[in-house]
Amino acid sequence: MAVDKKIFLSPINENNPITTQVLGICSALAVTSQLKPSIVMGLAVIAVMVFSNLITSLMREYIPQKVRIIVEMTVVASLVILVDQILKAYAYQMSKQLSVFVGLIITNCIVLGRIEAFSMGNRPVPSLVDGLGNGLGYALILFIVGFFRELLGFGKILGYQVLPESLYAAGYENNGLMVLAPGAFIILSLIIWLQRTISGYRED
Amino acid sequence: MELVNIGIRAIFTENILLAYFLGMCSFLALSKKMPTSFGLGVAVIFVLSITAPVNWIIHEYVLREGALAWLDPRFKEVDLSFLVFISFIAVIAALVQVVEMAIEKFSSRLYNALGIYLPLITVNCAILGVSLFMVERRLTLAETAVFGFSSGIGWFMAIVSMAAIRWKLRYSNVPSGMRGLGITMLVTGLMAMAFMIFSGISLGH
Repeated sequence: MAVDKKIFLSPINENNPITTQVLGICSALAVTSQLKPSIVMGLAVIAVMVFSNLITSLMREYIPQKVRIIVEMTVVASLVILVDQILKAYAYQMSKQLSVFVGLIITNCIVLGRIEAFSMGNRPVPSLVDGLGNGLGYALILFIVGFFRELLGFGKILGYQVLPESLYAAGYENNGLMVLAPGAFIILSLIIWLQRTISGYRED
Repeated sequence: MELVNIGIRAIFTENILLAYFLGMCSFLALSKKMPTSFGLGVAVIFVLSITAPVNWIIHEYVLREGALAWLDPRFKEVDLSFLVFISFIAVIAALVQVVEMAIEKFSSRLYNALGIYLPLITVNCAILGVSLFMVERRLTLAETAVFGFSSGIGWFMAIVSMAAIRWKLRYSNVPSGMRGLGITMLVTGLMAMAFMIFSGISLGH
């Protein structure tokens, strides 16, 4: 049990998939201009990671070494199709807003990275826990980035105005840059800085 | 003229990496040295120029709603568009493999230069992203070809300039928690800001 706990907790903080492993940034940043799509995207990635880790771990002894990437990709792609269809059926507006980025979970390096690094060599239960931990660590960063971009870019949280009118009357302006691409890069780099200062992880 | 516009948009104003964040993983991991970045950039241009039109043909004649009507009028109702993800990624993986084998056979020099980067390209989000964008924006075959090629050029430009900047960064004193990924991310943000000056450029109407 202690091992499982470590597998689960380490990717949430000191071995975070985004800030430490540098994986899966591709599709993460584009959807974080507001909090709500970030939450949906985070949940989608958690679901795909948990099940792809579980399934590949169950199949790991039957997959020939040479074609393993193709097999893994097929598993991930099928799961992403499921997620996409569910989103289209129950949250059509949201799936329009996320547009191509749901499909891009397939090529999200973190999914394939965890399959290759963990579930191809471990039993199903630890693999499931690893997928859950990494998915949560990933989603957490998405939530933080989405929170700050929506707060600074629109003055809102989940669509509700949180910055008081008096602040705007005093001359405060929403920062339009936060909504655009550079804002995402800058916020993420600051989070990385903070997280690495706390955890003590150093590159080079 | 429309084609030139699509090209310019894909390279400058809507750069696939700096505006849509596609292909970030390999961008961050492999922009440390100039020759590596150059090789990977060329490989991306190469693969994008091939996969985008091929995926367009598959989407147009197999996957689109009613696309199978050319086979038999009875198939007019068939809609296979939910298979888009899995068929695109399969096409990309297969094409990358074929390209790798072809290069290995015909030019060992090019293979030595590009060979190791080609397998990495299958999981580069930029490749799948371009194919998905082409479906969403309903481009024609010619537009798709131009869009794929110029997106590749845009990605190439971004990674090569990043490699140059990181080379210079070695001589600066970056705070220890910011070293590596942090500062690279911040610089990418500044680059994205710089590329925003191109927005609004379009030729003729």
